[in-house]
Amino acid sequence: MAASEIIKLMDRSEYYLDSPPTTDHKKTLQGKTVINLFYENSTRTRTSFELASLKLGANVINMTVDSSSVKKGETLIDTAMTLNAMHPDLLVARHGDSGAVHLLADKVDCSVINAGDGRNEHPTQALLDALTIRRYKKNLAGLTIAICGDIAHSRVARSNIYLLTKMGARIRAVAPATLLPSQIQKLGVEVYHTMAEGIADCDIIMMLRLQSERMDSALVPSKREYFHFFGLDSRFLALAKPDALVMHPGPMNRGVEIDSVIADDIRRSLIRPQVEAGVAVRMAVMESLVA
Amino acid sequence: MTQKPQSRLIRGARLVDSIQTSDSPQDLLIIDGKIAEIGETISAPPQTETIDAAGLYIAPGLIDIRVQTREPGGEHEETLESAVESAVAGGITQLICLPNTDPPLDEPALIAWIRQRGQSLGKTRIHAYGSLTKGRRGEQLAEMGLLQESGAIGFTDSPQAIGSARLMVQALKYARGFNSLVLSHPEEPSLASGMMNEGELATRLGLAGRSSLAETLLVERDCLISEATGSRLHIGPVTSAAAIDAIRRAKARGARVSCDTAAHYFTLTEMAVGNWRSFAKVAPPLRSESDRLAVIAGLKDGTIDAVSSDHSPRAPDSKRLPFAQASFGMVGLETLFPLTLDLFHHHGFTLAQALSLVTAKPAAIVDIKGGTIDKGEPADLIIFDPNQDWKIDPEQFKSRSKNSPLLEYPVKGRIHQTLIAGRVVYQHQP
Repeated sequence: MAASEIIKLMDRSEYYLDSPPTTDHKKTLQGKTVINLFYENSTRTRTSFELASLKLGANVINMTVDSSSVKKGETLIDTAMTLNAMHPDLLVARHGDSGAVHLLADKVDCSVINAGDGRNEHPTQALLDALTIRRYKKNLAGLTIAICGDIAHSRVARSNIYLLTKMGARIRAVAPATLLPSQIQKLGVEVYHTMAEGIADCDIIMMLRLQSERMDSALVPSKREYFHFFGLDSRFLALAKPDALVMHPGPMNRGVEIDSVIADDIRRSLIRPQVEAGVAVRMAVMESLVA
Repeated sequence: MTQKPQSRLIRGARLVDSIQTSDSPQDLLIIDGKIAEIGETISAPPQTETIDAAGLYIAPGLIDIRVQTREPGGEHEETLESAVESAVAGGITQLICLPNTDPPLDEPALIAWIRQRGQSLGKTRIHAYGSLTKGRRGEQLAEMGLLQESGAIGFTDSPQAIGSARLMVQALKYARGFNSLVLSHPEEPSLASGMMNEGELATRLGLAGRSSLAETLLVERDCLISEATGSRLHIGPVTSAAAIDAIRRAKARGARVSCDTAAHYFTLTEMAVGNWRSFAKVAPPLRSESDRLAVIAGLKDGTIDAVSSDHSPRAPDSKRLPFAQASFGMVGLETLFPLTLDLFHHHGFTLAQALSLVTAKPAAIVDIKGGTIDKGEPADLIIFDPNQDWKIDPEQFKSRSKNSPLLEYPVKGRIHQTLIAGRVVYQHQP
């Protein structure tokens, strides 16, 4: 996607974010069917897409596929073919495996929105993050943005790296080496292994969720050690620019990757604005694909 | 029923043995399935069937030392019958099955049955490795002596590695008394959980990487164990620069180790995975371009002794899945020959050098007859045109499975006929 297209989407998202709901919005996807196909549990992303569809007047069907029906033998492609035969106008899909949504999109006739696939991508999250940053910092170009934490397993990190570097921001990846994927620097980021260095003079600090299974697979020793060295607290935040802002894609582990006080500090935390931007961004994306 | 001819004369082809290609066309006379005579002009005895091979080449039939068939247990993917149909189309006259069937080949009766089945099919000669451990579980040694008496020609849990160093030590020590060949699958299991080669592409695709360190570690370990126990060891498939270098050093120290690679490791790189293409998902994974070149260099300097197909048939439903869920493996019986000829066409190997990697050299590793053209030996031969251009089309494969990423891949070199014991078992239909 070209930077100009991204800007167009962001502009349109901002329009939806700022304008009160109108009946015109409701006509945008009137009579259209959106299927939310979620192979992974998700409260906020699914709700956000559902709300965006409803605001645009679409009919929404939620399908949460738990692992039991996978065990019954129906493959992703079988499901795709079945859904395709119902002629939806748009499919919103999330899957635990990288590339799965790509595979799905190959097999159906309608547009497919990737709502997160494995550790690959989560494009609408990156768009809403970019929009949120732009609203508070005016410009994306020239900003220094630190993405901190479990980058290896994060689709949010990858999508943000692609989008924000394209928009001219400088991206730092800050994490212990066990949580960084191989050759991440080839994606155009600078790599740091300490928060002090990684956060110094940053405009934006984007924290990522640390799953507890990372301890089981010996990637980090313990939550308390992680928080001590990689959790965002006032000590580290003081090293960033004085007006630096904090983001988190949610759901947060308070006291693991982020201190509660910072998460709730409305002068520094963009976590709530991120969620608000989410619905608007998804409206703009759906509109661009279907209307 | 027509009487099968007792003798057959192949006229006018150039002969490629493991040393060289003959300067001039030769005639080759087969009597009772064996090579009776080779010469410039042979006068055929009465009732001899003549095969005109003018302009073509004759070489020994290929010997593929790494083949997964799926019988017993996975007949929807490949049977022994479909495997030999596929093999003869690929010019392979002897193949050795890996023991990863269901049940695995850890029972002497199963080894005997597979050999008998091969004989009754009357095409590619089928040999089998016994599994190295009971049930391929990596815990207790399988009955190597009894398996060997039933015809097992080596022992391995491949494509599963032996994770326990202690077990590998015991296996190699025990094998010494039976003069058996042990084959090691070189991937340290605790490091081999990734889905594709570790690196930039895996990071971009969001796939867990599988580092070549897993391979190097196990190669180093097993070379050391082989040296310590004095037992012969074969390692394969090797795929990465550091692992090949480890073998090069072990050989220089005098270790009794040999190794093979599979044709796809010098043909393709991780880039074949493209956008999560599961047909390019193999274990060990397709590596980087520098690893690919290291494989070719290893073949050239003799560090790598042989090329196998690493044939691994998979049904569509086990491949048409998100990459992480898809099975490992690609079919290779029908592409081994043309891909190996790429070494001749593009990498400075002579025709004889390239073909020796799939004939005499693998035969020597597993110590079976064949792979050469000698008077008095069975006439297992291929007649081929080394320069014929074609494009690979997996849908045309005789194999029951079509899981090859090489769709439309341009190759040079076409098998025209495959003979086993003097009988034409495959005839290319243009």
